[in-house]
Amino acid sequence: MSTTTVDPITLVVIQNGLNQVCNEMDLAFCRAAFSPVISEAMDRSDGIYHRDDGALIAQGELGLPVFVGTMQFSTQAVIARAKNVEPGDVFIVNDPYLGGTHLMDVRFVKPLFYQGKLFAWLANTGHWPDIGGMVPGGFSAHATESEQEGLRLPPVKLFKRGVIDEEILAIILSNIRIADQRIGDIKAQAAALAIGEKRLAALIDRYGAGTVDAAIAELRARAAQQMRAKIETIPDGTYEGHSIVDSDGVVDEPLLIRMKITKQGTGLTFDMSGSSPPCRGPMNSVIATTKSSIYLAMKHIFPDVPINAGTFEPLTIIEPEGTFLYAHYPRPVSGCAAEVSQRIAEAVFCALTRAIPDQLFAAPAGSSGNLALGGNDPKRNRSYVMYVISGGGYGGNPRGDGLSNGCSTIGISKTTPIEVMEQYYPVLFEEYSLHEGSGGAGEYRGGFGVNYTIRLRRGDARASMVMDHGRTGPLGALGGADGGVNKVRIERGGETYVPPHLSKDQDIVLHPGDRICVSTPGGGGFGDPLKRAPQRVAQDVARGYYTRDQAETAFGVILGTDGSVDAQRTGARRRES
Amino acid sequence: MSMSTNKSNWVVGIDVGGTFTDLIMLNVADATVSLAKVPTTTDNQAYGVVAALAAAGAKLPDLQVIVHGTTTTTNAILERKVAKVGLITTRGFRDSLELGRRTRPKPYGLTGSFIPLVPRELRLEVPERMDAEGEVVTPLDDAAVTSAVKDLVAKGCEALVIHFLHSYINPAHELRALEIARGLWPNDYITAGHQILSEYREYERGTTACVNAAVQPILARYIERLRSELREKGFTNDLLVMQGNGGTVSSGIVAEHAVNTVMSGPASGVMAAAYTASAAGYREVVTYDMGGTSTDVALIQAGVPTVSSELELEYAMPIHVPMVDVHTIGAGGGSIAFINQAGMLQVGPESAGATPGPICYGRGGQEPTITDANLILGRLNPDKLLAVDRPVSLSEVEAIILEKVGKPLGLDAIAAAAAILRVANDRMAGAIRMVSLARGHDPRDFVLFPFGGAGPLHAAALARELAIPKLLIPVRPGITNALGCVVADARHDYVNTVNKPLPALDIELVWTILEAQIAEGRATLAREGVAIEGMRILHFADMQFQGQSHILSLGLPQLKVSKEELQRLFEAAYWERFGVELPEIRAVLVNLHTAVIGLRPRLDLAVLARTDARAKNLQGALNGTRQVWFEGGVRETPIYQREKLPQDAAFTGPAVIEQLDCTTVIDPDNRVELDALGNLLVTV
Repeated sequence: MSTTTVDPITLVVIQNGLNQVCNEMDLAFCRAAFSPVISEAMDRSDGIYHRDDGALIAQGELGLPVFVGTMQFSTQAVIARAKNVEPGDVFIVNDPYLGGTHLMDVRFVKPLFYQGKLFAWLANTGHWPDIGGMVPGGFSAHATESEQEGLRLPPVKLFKRGVIDEEILAIILSNIRIADQRIGDIKAQAAALAIGEKRLAALIDRYGAGTVDAAIAELRARAAQQMRAKIETIPDGTYEGHSIVDSDGVVDEPLLIRMKITKQGTGLTFDMSGSSPPCRGPMNSVIATTKSSIYLAMKHIFPDVPINAGTFEPLTIIEPEGTFLYAHYPRPVSGCAAEVSQRIAEAVFCALTRAIPDQLFAAPAGSSGNLALGGNDPKRNRSYVMYVISGGGYGGNPRGDGLSNGCSTIGISKTTPIEVMEQYYPVLFEEYSLHEGSGGAGEYRGGFGVNYTIRLRRGDARASMVMDHGRTGPLGALGGADGGVNKVRIERGGETYVPPHLSKDQDIVLHPGDRICVSTPGGGGFGDPLKRAPQRVAQDVARGYYTRDQAETAFGVILGTDGSVDAQRTGARRRES
Repeated sequence: MSMSTNKSNWVVGIDVGGTFTDLIMLNVADATVSLAKVPTTTDNQAYGVVAALAAAGAKLPDLQVIVHGTTTTTNAILERKVAKVGLITTRGFRDSLELGRRTRPKPYGLTGSFIPLVPRELRLEVPERMDAEGEVVTPLDDAAVTSAVKDLVAKGCEALVIHFLHSYINPAHELRALEIARGLWPNDYITAGHQILSEYREYERGTTACVNAAVQPILARYIERLRSELREKGFTNDLLVMQGNGGTVSSGIVAEHAVNTVMSGPASGVMAAAYTASAAGYREVVTYDMGGTSTDVALIQAGVPTVSSELELEYAMPIHVPMVDVHTIGAGGGSIAFINQAGMLQVGPESAGATPGPICYGRGGQEPTITDANLILGRLNPDKLLAVDRPVSLSEVEAIILEKVGKPLGLDAIAAAAAILRVANDRMAGAIRMVSLARGHDPRDFVLFPFGGAGPLHAAALARELAIPKLLIPVRPGITNALGCVVADARHDYVNTVNKPLPALDIELVWTILEAQIAEGRATLAREGVAIEGMRILHFADMQFQGQSHILSLGLPQLKVSKEELQRLFEAAYWERFGVELPEIRAVLVNLHTAVIGLRPRLDLAVLARTDARAKNLQGALNGTRQVWFEGGVRETPIYQREKLPQDAAFTGPAVIEQLDCTTVIDPDNRVELDALGNLLVTV
């Protein structure tokens, strides 16, 4: 079948072995990490990269999806700039323009030497809760240049021959907030790479460097083969999709992503030309993130394809120069990993629902819903920054309704319990409920978003947010309706304030008693709502998911006074629609 | 050996598994033992229990105690055959239990669904609110509680959950609502969240409470049916039920905390392993229970099974009561081998299950499984398969393996089957590492304790993969869970949240909480009225560094610990687990956990090994030979009958050792010894 010198069973065993190395790195990183963003929200990833070109060899199964493929770009940046690489060195880098995402995603890259020779690179990414910049947490809605977003680190050796460089560390810690806890994350991030180093060396000990090398090459070819087999199920043709970012946070105009996917033979070409030009605010995307978003969209569509460089070979991405999806220094980019990446994935989903609807789904809520509240708690005489990240409804799909309150497309994190939030911060949640009516109508409806209301109890505070889908809801598919939009409302001093950009704002001043009310998007509906079984609509109404009016207008179902389906009037109503 | 049945000297353990109901019956006076294995009766497990007693020849009036492990509650949740439950909760939060923790079933793929245990129309809100300090923000509206309770009764709910925010720190509102509900609810099935679990995290506490309520009436009815069946046959003594914490509870009060019986089967297997391994002199153990569809793995340290409070029974179904920390891996004898689109051999996670099952079961299975591979490699005896409906010839199995796995890889049937084993063992070893050794343990300190029908078939290969030097294979691997019932102690666990950094901690409060937890345990043991010989108290502290979200659980040397001791213990445990020291950051005491254990009479395991069948020498135990595949090639291999192995047998592999419900494979050059308790010790 091929020219490999590795027998097919050893190949499988080495594949498992490489994945195991990554999983053990993930486990070590996650369990020792300090920041809940890493340990609880699992906003991190670990992988193994090729010694020459940084190509992805294996990546942990529990890494954050948006990091699929991105770390190979930053590893390439390290390879291009590294001099005198020695065992025990660890490079640190977060430069978005050198294969990164946003500044908060800090990568560690470590060479693995085997018998004195460079064999591979190990790398991981952790989302640090703060990296300096104009707002705590790094999600500034108003930044117009990179420097406002935080400290930018080119690839430098944080560890030299296993010893941390205290001088570089001091520079970093002097430029970020809550610096005292970062040392825990730094140690955890480095410890994970050390475990990977040990386990990978053990694997090479066992099978020999030559065999492992041959297996890596073969696995890459096999992954490409598997992806091509999946692509072959798509009919030849060109499919267009789109999605919309509310605004860039600075200029109140929507940004358009155009996605033209051409399938020919066993390859797919992604063309984003015609998308909006670079923007002033932080909704630009760097090329590494743009590419990675397409990779992760394909992985969501074909989840059983393994992740290595071969997986991406059949995917040709035309670099969208001149659009906001290919930003250069000093364009601000903090929104790219959390929001724009998800819009890119939605544009891919949208295009491919036209090609292989039976394997797709309508758009998911697709916003991370970042909200940061910072202030001083007079009772404890302590400054704080509270982060709320939200989920929303997933799209309906040919096998069922969408999930309610699913995690962002690019994430796998869990919500922080309200009982934990209220222990740490001077707030009271007054509501945490299902966003009724937000699931897009369809034969299979979208899942529902979430409503939450936070009341400030003590001290003044400032709220900032980078969310999306406030202007247009997640797209429905095949006749399904769009999901409900994201809504933000501030109630202060008896008045209601709605952010001018709807989903993005910064430094909103709050006093005790003021409230922040947020409703997150629902998922898009899939298929014609008039085909939804009337009984299921009746049940949705009984549960309060939709009103009786919505049942009639959106689904064409008329209910009797007891809540049961009026079959006759429903039939008549659906025929005339 | 005498077969006399001294009155009330029999102790019986009965475990209901997915396929078989196993029984072990020990006479504590004359050290006789009786065993039975009968098919599980899924609809009403009581029939299988009664059938097992009959098969073992038990005279019910003579039984001193029956200890029962049941899957009634686990199955009810997994199949969602649960009671109709109503929920009363804090205003604004009725959807918490439907919205969950914002997760999806798998990292990739944006589909899947979640069905809450309590549907939205049965979740009602009342005005009330505590804050995180336990101060009242909104007083409880008694009238609203009354009307909500009445509404749920009218809607036909059988069980009720009262779940308020921050009840772990101040349960006053839950207690008041409970009092109101007691006066109106038609039965005793009312669960107040903090009484099941007094820990923070509203989704986990609320879900645990809902699981309790959802299975409470079902467990109560089952136990009542079983009791009356047994009573009719003359059994009037104690019926005890196994819990997920590895201890027993009296059937009289088991339904109060019905959730505690979830996952009790796997827990009792681990208890038996700990008991058996300790008796044999091994205190650091990895247990490995391989069945038809899945494999359970647990860690025993210093003779004590690891306990955790973070079980997720299935997607978005956390059950946070202390349980033996059993990890389930989706690989078993029925795991299917196939070639994927990349042309690579994969084994599992899809399983042929019990139906259609492996090809060799003759139930219509047409996909090669791990069991089929073992069969054609000579590792299993084709004449002694237990679950066969229609005998399938070896050549039929070989033909399918050749077609579906061999040809695509360019291998003959034997090489293909060997490949299936190698890939399966490799995957299992990886999964076992993730849940045990990868958490900071040195494999050389451990023995591997295989049990279940298929454990001893794979154990040698796994131990080699994991670098564990020794196997300890018990006398009767196939009935380990039932043995766990017999050896388990009564056990009750209590957890309360403290959540204070050590510098701010009032250490006297720690002592007060631990003392109160002991008192509660003592009272429960007294209320059960089960014969115990003594009591053991274990205290644990769940700790973390400030700002962290993961918890480490540490055993406390005594009740009156000092802050300095807590700090020291935590730092040592953290270093051991992660190899990181963090003197810069403060430690936080999150929870205090007390286990109150009522010690049941010890049993001498030597009775299990006693048999009249023992041969005088190894030759006498030989049942012929057959061709068996090993890594180094096919070998003509002696087949021994386990019961016939002579006292102090010691020999070197290759060998296959067969017994009724289990086959052990010994690799070439591995040294085997039979110990005085009848265990096989294998040096890998």
